[in-house]
Amino acid sequence: MRFAVPIFPGSNCDYDCIHAVEDILGEPVAPVWHHDTDLSSFDAVILPGGFSYGDYLRCGAIARFSPVMAAVKEAAAAGKLVIGICNGFQVLCESGLLPGALMRNNHLKFRCDIQPIRIENNQTPFTCAYENGQVIRIPIAHGEGNYYCDEATLAELKANNQIVFRYAGENPNGSVDDIAGICNKAGNVLGMMPHPERAIFDWMGSDDGKYLFKSMLQYWKENSRAV
Amino acid sequence: MFKATIYVTLKDSVLDPQGVAVKGSLHTLGFEGVRDVRIGKRVEVLLECESRAEAEKQIKELSEKVLSNPVIENFTFELEEVA
Amino acid sequence: MRSEQTVVERVGLEPTPEMIREQKLYREMGLTDAEYDQVCGHLNRLPNWTEVGIYSVMWSEHCSYKNSKPLLKKFPTEGPRVLQGPGEGAGVIDIGDGQAVVFKIESHNHPSAIEPFQGAATGVGGIIRDVFSMGARPVALLNSLRFGDLRNPRVRYLFEQVVAGIAHYGNCIGIPTVGGEVVFDGDSYEGNPLVNAMCVGILNHDELQKGVAIGVGNPVIYVGASTGRDGIHGATFASEELNESSEEKRPAVQVGDPFMEKLLLEACLEMVQKGILIGIQDMGAAGLTCSSAEMAQKGEHGLEMNLDLVPQREEGMTPYEIMLSESQERMLLVVEAGREDEIKAICDKWGLQSAVVGRVTEGNRYRLFHQGKLVADIPVNTLVDDAPVYVREERVPQYYEENAKRRPEEELADIDPLAALTKVMSSVNIGSKRWVYEQYDHMVRTSTAVRPGSDAAVVVIRGTEKGLAMSTDGNGRYVYLDPVQGGRIAVAESARNVVCSGAEPLGITDCLNFGSPEKPEVYWQISKAIDGMAEACRVLETPVVGGNVSLYNETKGNPIYPTPVVGMVGLVQKREHITTQAFKEDGDVILLLGDTYAELGGSELQHVVTGQISGRPPACDLQKELAVQQTVLAAIRSGWVKSAHDVSEGGIAVALAESCICGNRGAAVSLETDLAPVVHLFSESQSRVILSVKADAVADVMKLAEAKGVACRQIGTVTEKEELIIHINGEQVIQQDVAYLSKQWEEAIPCAMKASSTSTN
Repeated sequence: MRFAVPIFPGSNCDYDCIHAVEDILGEPVAPVWHHDTDLSSFDAVILPGGFSYGDYLRCGAIARFSPVMAAVKEAAAAGKLVIGICNGFQVLCESGLLPGALMRNNHLKFRCDIQPIRIENNQTPFTCAYENGQVIRIPIAHGEGNYYCDEATLAELKANNQIVFRYAGENPNGSVDDIAGICNKAGNVLGMMPHPERAIFDWMGSDDGKYLFKSMLQYWKENSRAV
Repeated sequence: MFKATIYVTLKDSVLDPQGVAVKGSLHTLGFEGVRDVRIGKRVEVLLECESRAEAEKQIKELSEKVLSNPVIENFTFELEEVA
Repeated sequence: MRSEQTVVERVGLEPTPEMIREQKLYREMGLTDAEYDQVCGHLNRLPNWTEVGIYSVMWSEHCSYKNSKPLLKKFPTEGPRVLQGPGEGAGVIDIGDGQAVVFKIESHNHPSAIEPFQGAATGVGGIIRDVFSMGARPVALLNSLRFGDLRNPRVRYLFEQVVAGIAHYGNCIGIPTVGGEVVFDGDSYEGNPLVNAMCVGILNHDELQKGVAIGVGNPVIYVGASTGRDGIHGATFASEELNESSEEKRPAVQVGDPFMEKLLLEACLEMVQKGILIGIQDMGAAGLTCSSAEMAQKGEHGLEMNLDLVPQREEGMTPYEIMLSESQERMLLVVEAGREDEIKAICDKWGLQSAVVGRVTEGNRYRLFHQGKLVADIPVNTLVDDAPVYVREERVPQYYEENAKRRPEEELADIDPLAALTKVMSSVNIGSKRWVYEQYDHMVRTSTAVRPGSDAAVVVIRGTEKGLAMSTDGNGRYVYLDPVQGGRIAVAESARNVVCSGAEPLGITDCLNFGSPEKPEVYWQISKAIDGMAEACRVLETPVVGGNVSLYNETKGNPIYPTPVVGMVGLVQKREHITTQAFKEDGDVILLLGDTYAELGGSELQHVVTGQISGRPPACDLQKELAVQQTVLAAIRSGWVKSAHDVSEGGIAVALAESCICGNRGAAVSLETDLAPVVHLFSESQSRVILSVKADAVADVMKLAEAKGVACRQIGTVTEKEELIIHINGEQVIQQDVAYLSKQWEEAIPCAMKASSTSTN
């Protein structure tokens, strides 16, 4: 399974994601510069965290226009797995691959901690190695992770089982319905504020995040022949 | 050449935590009459363009596409011709 | 042709050389009459406006260390592992396997007092550039902060904005802020906060860079943000006392752009990796002037620049403004002639501008051209080597003599230990710093193994079993009460912190924050503190490889507490040695290493009870300190230790409470002592560590301690029930739920900040 990690100017979790794939899955993974337009040789895309283009206009707003994003859209349309973590989630929302938007944390401060997260849907390619209702501990680190969508969208997310992760315990940013991560209708595009790549070894404080990567590989192995 | 001043604000239905915080501090500072505070962005764009109509069209488009996020934000703009 | 050109008298409406002399205009830039005369002597003529500006920043304390140089010479700066001592962007120490650690701490006190958010942010940006200009990949940030009393709304504003500024820069550029310290003291830092930022990086030996200009004809290349009028005379500003008119000097504060710096960082490291660079230096304090002059001086060459080629953000900038601008996120490079295109290609990839702005020349002339005219012509060595050096008068302050008579241990002996514990745990100095560090991304780069909140942070080195432990420490109260002891303690405690995390101390960087050296009492503090620090560095074998001096930290004539801050880095040999302060398992045995004396001068207990400090601080016996540290490290490496915690501010009582809180465990402890219970529990005697060990390892640790001549007492056990129980001489003096202590401790800062709701910028 070949992973692509697009790098925008200002990305800073790019190599953390690359290392996680290498260390946990041992599968091939390559950085892809934001000018590149071809992702056809990859099976999955990880949009990393960071501050793409300084996040100066709105988080993820400029990255969305990067040449590589057209290729990410194609990959998503083709049913390949696309995951956006933190800034990557913001880019996915800005580019319309996921509904809603991420706003400034309601307490106005950046928040970095290891946060309990509840698995709300384990029927996705990203969560099949978890149990429904399982609470895992995954680091968060963001100033604008306050997920917002209107009521109609929220109703739709619920109806389609698109809410994949919710914050357990205190909501760290004021997000609607404690949402920490959502997927698209088809289930192959996931956006999440928490950083699974920061929780893959015990010495990091938690290794709960490694199962997200294992889920992706498991799903791909079970489904790639059919594609 | 045209100068456009674009104001990007959060939609009324969207909570503005920054505005709420500023309202709180204004109250503590004694400005008790303050009923609401909403914070937005002001963007100035200098645009090389043939006509006013064309300038308006372009400013509208770039505001919709780039400067604002229609999920949470509205925008208005003023346009003036400059030398 | 050019060499025969004469220097222009003035540009535009600038004062003429005669006017500068007659009206003593050089004084406004911080030059004294004697220094101005010295400049005239070096040039053999009257300097023009640009030249006076250049000398004034190069001879400021910030760049020349003119007031501290003779004292700094007392520091040991060499050691078998030192690859680069003071004098370059940052110090470099070998860590084996062809790798080295690069680190430095620097102050941004004055800018932060005026504009806390940007002042702190650009302080972080500057120290990061110092590290990557050495060719290193920055892997961690720390900071050491001092503020006044949080009951003052202005102090709350400064604290909130400084933390937000540090978070803004570090989080955006993607370097984890893994540790540091924050201290509040209204008697010292009310109008003059301290903001010291430290950066740690890693490099391969063959990638080590230097800030030199060599090779006649080689191009001098400018990379990064454009030059604007921001921050002019920042270096001079940093070397002056804060006063009422400081607010008006606001333009001296620059605005940081961490996104630009991220691009600059990646581009420079790509150049390093490709081996293109001959010399590289950050344009930090004193901007283009300092970087270019120091590179030429270190390379023993001359240098010429055409200022028209310098990328400029504003129109009509004069040579004076271009040279003295402190615009951020800029680097100056020297490469081999012919390789300019390689630099440009890398810059283009990262969307950075670059420009060839000059050449390395033969000889020692430092020449600047602007619109075809020669606007400065200076022998470059006079800017650096001939900077004035002052040895000031020192005098023992009266307060020091008076304090000899005070006995705080007697004054405080009757306080109830439990009441004292509650009070100390909820003080903002002892209380949890979560409010601060949860605003810092401390996990990006996925190498943080010990997060903020333990004695020292630990960052692992990918691809190896090794890790780097790091800590910043400095107790201004101790140094104020006794600078020699306080200086020793600053070094000893930072080393102890690093040892408690399982690392061997390697070396230090220091930030010397003091008042005006022109006051004999302050100069005494500086001189004695350096004596104490230097002694400790020798005994603990931790050379000083770099640092920064920040003088004139005063408001309305009152100097701050003398506050030398030590940034210590240690090497963890194996990941399994990494140790934290949290109690781990019920039944583990608690051991106390070291002896406890009646030492409450300058203690947290004294401050929370009386609101002031007096007496003598704890004494630090360096041989004893070394023995304790060796014992702890050997015990950790033998695999016997479950937790290790340095006993410092708040004494044994606070150390035990913190280990309980962090481990969600309780402890049952019995102590024997001749001292009053509260004195024994809150004494801040040095060279003490609390260990918890497996029951079957107790004898081994005892034996080891005995062999090293270290007192080791079994004082209790870790318990499942989350309760801290302490008996003294058989009598129970403390029984408290850990949950209650934890609440006091966690809420200390949030409670103090609640009054504040001005978090807008």
